[in-house]
Amino acid sequence: MKTLFERSVKGRHCSILPACDVPVVKPAEAREKALHLPELSETDISRHYTELAKQTFGVNDGFYPLGSCTMKYNPKVNEDAAALEGFTAIHPTQKDAQGCLKLLSMMEKDLSEITGMDEFTFNPAAGAHGELTGLMLIKRYHELHGTPERNKIIVPDSAHGTNPASSSMCGFTVINIPSSEDGCVDLEELRKAVGDDTAGLMLTNPNTLGIFDKNIKAITDIVHEAGGLCYYDGANLNAIMGIARPGDMGFDCIHLNLHKSFSTPHGGGGPGSGPVGCKSFLANYLPGERITVKDGVYAWSERGSESIGKVRGFHGNFLVVVKAFTYLLTLGKEGVPEVAKNAVLNANYLKHLLEDTYDVAKPGTCMHEFVLTLENLKKETGVSAMDVAKALQDYGIHPPTMYFPLNVHEALMVEPTETESKETLDQAAAAFLDIYKTIQENPESLHETPHNSPIGRPDEVNAARHPKLRYHFDD
Amino acid sequence: MKTPVELKYSKTHEWVRFISDTEAEVGLTDYAQNALGDLVFVNLPEVDAEAVKEETICDVESVKAVSDVYAPVNGTVSEVNEELLDAPEKINSDPYGAWLFRLTDVSDCDDLLDADAYAAFCESEEN
Repeated sequence: MKTLFERSVKGRHCSILPACDVPVVKPAEAREKALHLPELSETDISRHYTELAKQTFGVNDGFYPLGSCTMKYNPKVNEDAAALEGFTAIHPTQKDAQGCLKLLSMMEKDLSEITGMDEFTFNPAAGAHGELTGLMLIKRYHELHGTPERNKIIVPDSAHGTNPASSSMCGFTVINIPSSEDGCVDLEELRKAVGDDTAGLMLTNPNTLGIFDKNIKAITDIVHEAGGLCYYDGANLNAIMGIARPGDMGFDCIHLNLHKSFSTPHGGGGPGSGPVGCKSFLANYLPGERITVKDGVYAWSERGSESIGKVRGFHGNFLVVVKAFTYLLTLGKEGVPEVAKNAVLNANYLKHLLEDTYDVAKPGTCMHEFVLTLENLKKETGVSAMDVAKALQDYGIHPPTMYFPLNVHEALMVEPTETESKETLDQAAAAFLDIYKTIQENPESLHETPHNSPIGRPDEVNAARHPKLRYHFDD
Repeated sequence: MKTPVELKYSKTHEWVRFISDTEAEVGLTDYAQNALGDLVFVNLPEVDAEAVKEETICDVESVKAVSDVYAPVNGTVSEVNEELLDAPEKINSDPYGAWLFRLTDVSDCDDLLDADAYAAFCESEEN
């Protein structure tokens, strides 16, 4: 499709301005050449963006089983609440912003209850930002407890790539430990890895293979006994919320992704939010101003005396929190565990429909997601995980996460979420099985997919090596 | 898959070309580049960085993932192949020509594999 610059017609405008009735003065610093701004009518612009929208694929277009991303439906009532004037037409330091502060305070209590933490900050703008903030709490803890030499963070090989990245960003050295046969943390390897230099452990449970680590208490005990702290990556909270709490598993701090578990839009649909929660012994290190309540009056307080400082504007992405809070109010106490139960049920149902045809990386009951391995299929037929992912697009399904986790070859990671119906899951399974049939009959044809999407196969290598990031004008 | 006989190999798929007893050049093997797929970025170590055997020394990125490169021996980085920063594809097209870095003070290289042993190791990885 054409860019706005290519649609531009000289002299075309959105509005007709009256002739200038004051003298035109040209300051000395004025640019010599006019800016390259596209000249378009409102009709052109409106159609351009509608055309762009048609080329995207979101949760409103169809099934979106992107593993580890929890692409659940984003209820419209969240948007209604976030659009209320009391939330949108207010300044964060206005004294009478009592409703806003009360909402943040209530949300802090709710998230603490769900996760087993004591306090939360809403400062971090997204998940990875939350990871960095949480790790800074751990760093601060060691600095103030006379153990600044503890500089190693242990991360299992099934972890999200952001975990080692955030650890490095925070100045830690990353120790990778291999998983055991069952896909969980290998306790022996963990015992070997911990020591006087251990700052902490980063873990998500259930892990990236969709398995709940049954040894979780032993894991956090080993790390604590060695003098380290335990960080819970909330990426997979959807599988356990309202059922089990990271705080009870022995974790000391945590980040949540409101855009995953709490139904706010992912990137593109609005900013993210990655609240960080911690046990009370870390709370004085939290960033930014905190909310206090005295005689029923809410106020921003000074940040803690040992705070890590500022990681962002103190009010965070407030309207995202409003959407997530609306979601929690909609669900209620009874609804939160229903989310987790149905997310797990949906994943197991879909896995059950596929496991006689495709290889599952770790057979058995899964949590909210499961991983297929197409390693054997690729050896036998030459059809890769990438080919199957591309083929799914022709069935109106967003591809699952591919080539992740790294410890599974030719991985396809499927997370249906709780918001999909049995009919959708049946259709998705039928698509997977239909693709398998095609692979058996004509494997070569899979390399040509997709046929029905706006573009076929982009040249990813060239795009990464020689990206074209701007429009070049003729003059 | 090519495994030139004059080189030594690590089980983490780096090759080592000895320039002298204490100097060596390190790159990624043909098997490694094939498994990684088309490379799009290379992060090289700093000159004077210490290479510690079996620890991460730099990383490479393909369209699939970022992967660590491990030091196959101990040593000190004396030179890096900056040409690869703009042309990571050379690792795919000429893995044994596209050296990543050179080391001095090389030590702890007794358990490197020769070409035959490395080829056999790759075969066992496949099965």
